[in-house]
Amino acid sequence: MVRNSLGRWIPETFNGKALIPYRDPFALQPQGMRASRPLTRVNPGASKVLGSLREAIEASGLRDGMCISTHHSLRNGDVLLGQLVREIDALGIRGITIASSSIHPVHAELIPYIEKGVIAGLECGVNGLIGEQISRGLLKCPVVVRTHGGRARALVSGQVPVDVAFIAAPACDEYGNLSGSSGPAACGSLGYAQVDAEHARVVVAVTDNLRPYPVAPLSVPQTLVDYVVCVPTLGDPKKIVSTTTRITTDPVGLQIAQYAARVIEVSGLLRAGFSFQTGSGGISLAVANHVRTLMRANRIQGSFGCGGITGYFVDMLEEGLFQTLFDVQCFDLKAVESIGRNLNHVEISADMYANPFNAGAVVNRLDAVILGATEIDTRFNVNVNTESNGYLLHNTGGHSDTAAGAKLAIIVAPSMRGRLPIIRDELTTITTPGDTVDVVVTERGIAVNERHADLKRELLRCNLPVKDIGQIQAEITRITGRPRPLEFSDDVVGLIEYRDGSIIDVVRRIAD
Amino acid sequence: MSALQLRRTLLYVPGNMPSMLQNIPIFQSDGVIIDLEDAVPLSEKDAGRILVRRFLDAYAQRNKEILIRINPLDSKWGIEDLRAVLPALPDGIRLPKADTPEIVERLDTLLTEFEEELGIEIGRFKILPSIESAAGVINSIKIARCSQRVFALAFGAEDYTASLEIERTKTGEELFHARTRVIWAARAAGIQAIDSIFADVGDMEGLRRETELIKRLGFTGKSLVNPRQIEVVHEVFAPKREEIDYALQVVEAIQKARAMGTGVISLGGKMVDAPVVKRALRVLKTARAHHLIDMDIDDEVIYGQE
Repeated sequence: MVRNSLGRWIPETFNGKALIPYRDPFALQPQGMRASRPLTRVNPGASKVLGSLREAIEASGLRDGMCISTHHSLRNGDVLLGQLVREIDALGIRGITIASSSIHPVHAELIPYIEKGVIAGLECGVNGLIGEQISRGLLKCPVVVRTHGGRARALVSGQVPVDVAFIAAPACDEYGNLSGSSGPAACGSLGYAQVDAEHARVVVAVTDNLRPYPVAPLSVPQTLVDYVVCVPTLGDPKKIVSTTTRITTDPVGLQIAQYAARVIEVSGLLRAGFSFQTGSGGISLAVANHVRTLMRANRIQGSFGCGGITGYFVDMLEEGLFQTLFDVQCFDLKAVESIGRNLNHVEISADMYANPFNAGAVVNRLDAVILGATEIDTRFNVNVNTESNGYLLHNTGGHSDTAAGAKLAIIVAPSMRGRLPIIRDELTTITTPGDTVDVVVTERGIAVNERHADLKRELLRCNLPVKDIGQIQAEITRITGRPRPLEFSDDVVGLIEYRDGSIIDVVRRIAD
Repeated sequence: MSALQLRRTLLYVPGNMPSMLQNIPIFQSDGVIIDLEDAVPLSEKDAGRILVRRFLDAYAQRNKEILIRINPLDSKWGIEDLRAVLPALPDGIRLPKADTPEIVERLDTLLTEFEEELGIEIGRFKILPSIESAAGVINSIKIARCSQRVFALAFGAEDYTASLEIERTKTGEELFHARTRVIWAARAAGIQAIDSIFADVGDMEGLRRETELIKRLGFTGKSLVNPRQIEVVHEVFAPKREEIDYALQVVEAIQKARAMGTGVISLGGKMVDAPVVKRALRVLKTARAHHLIDMDIDDEVIYGQE
């Protein structure tokens, strides 16, 4: 065990691999070359179309102990991963590692296959029941949680070699050109899958919408796709767009949003060329709405909006408030519809979005980002992975990437949730280091990281309720009391990998 | 200068809802009215009282005016309400159904007794009478003057229209005369006038229109039913940049006039004299209270030094 720079105890190895403890957000330098995939040749007249998923698995050469991936652009509506694992099981293949871009509650259907040994490890974060069961020791399956940029880095660098990528393709032709913007399972950007297509040893496009050659515009080109398989359905379109995409009506949330928007305004970043990212939560959208009003009122033409894209950002693009949207993932149908027709709504890969080990990701160009938290400590470190019960329930997404990249990373969170204080002495899990978090906004006050004395002064001058983070914590705990700390065993069941591949924290099994 | 106590927004908070009471410190209304009357069901009257008392005891760093809407004094709960909450030192009482000056005077006497009992300054607890019936509107002139504790009149349109057996509309023609009379009564007595609630929480444009109307009529603020309404009302009451700039020019002009030994001067072809200066000072004081300007304003500017 060694302590990383944030004071977390990190084992020397996990699942047979040596670990690098986290030190700081920017110093770790990459070594070596970008990973690639084997050369191949498809001669004129050859067909890529196979009759079934099973045939594709066989053709891909998948064997015991190999690694597969899928993308999570269909989110909780995805049925492909479940189908694949059932077929893999039926073929008698065991010990598979899953390196999908994320796993959602719907994938709780994988639990029996983890128990049975079909799945031996998860090289990706999990949302929902699988994480809970792993945290409770009910399920044994080593899990490595990565940021979106960190996952791209892991594939691009060869840290996680994917043997077969199965790409759910909402529209695809028989030669493997595929697109996410049309079809019954249209999900818009396929930014995560683009990385897999470039780096997996074998790439299989799986579609429920085989269209005449050629499908265009392209998310992934034919040159990267080895096989094409038709299935009856990729998923339930109603659940594909499952995230909250409405502005909150909760007065506390609206108060937080108003403070956050004022912080952006006072920061001086809201000028011509402004770039911005928010998530899809109700508070984030309320901040976006304030920002939009301010941009309109002051006739500010922004540069780009980025990230998971919602209809709010589409409206801002169409209104001329942004020049471009960089879209790695569409959060609602309006975004899906826009990416198919608006040339300034640009599909980008997760590599371009957030990989720290390339010649510069889009997150590096962000002015402001609005992010959430399950817990925050007084050093501004943030947890988004585990809840107060210690269960690993949420994936990191782009949290640490955008916090590191943006000039102003603002965490918005209600001061208490379910009677528990949001600001803690010690986090259950550290996801994003406080060195990359600039401002924490709760309804009970705004805390500014001490690196930004100027911003703090300016916010105070504008009569905003700026307080020391410890003072906000004291105010909250005066109401809630201090929760009893959770008890964990020594067993490490998962890793929280920082975007550069170092280990920022681990997930331990909850004590019995 | 006399600091202007802004009462643009008085937010109702139900007295029996812990989750809402605990958020009182964070909302940006100028004041709150913690309700023990209509918002609290009969079965929870005593629980609400205890809760409000506990909340106020814990709310040490008061950052807004706290009023309690008690049950009417002729109900069986009104006096118990006072007994329960006054030791926690709210700023005042919103008195429902203040139809006559006698009702307000009765509360005044009770408050004096409680102040003596608690050993605190006489006159500390203020009164905000609710003018919410035809009788109340008719008596509002006397009500406004019947006690030193009365700092404003609050118009209650919902009960008022009910007492007249008419519908309340969003355009509010039916309220015009009553509103104007309440404002006259308040202004003649040198106190503030607070308008009724706007019940449709989803209709921000309707709220904005009504607030613009009541501001033009002379109300100094509004009672609110939802925190989401605060921002709109504050926006309407905030002086516009042009108004502030003009007011600053007026003050500058009158100071120049005084230096020349006169009380009247022309600014952009319009005469500037005491009433104009008075209005300009009011704009500047409001602007200062909104943190829009950062200067001290002295009433001396109006008439000059003796």
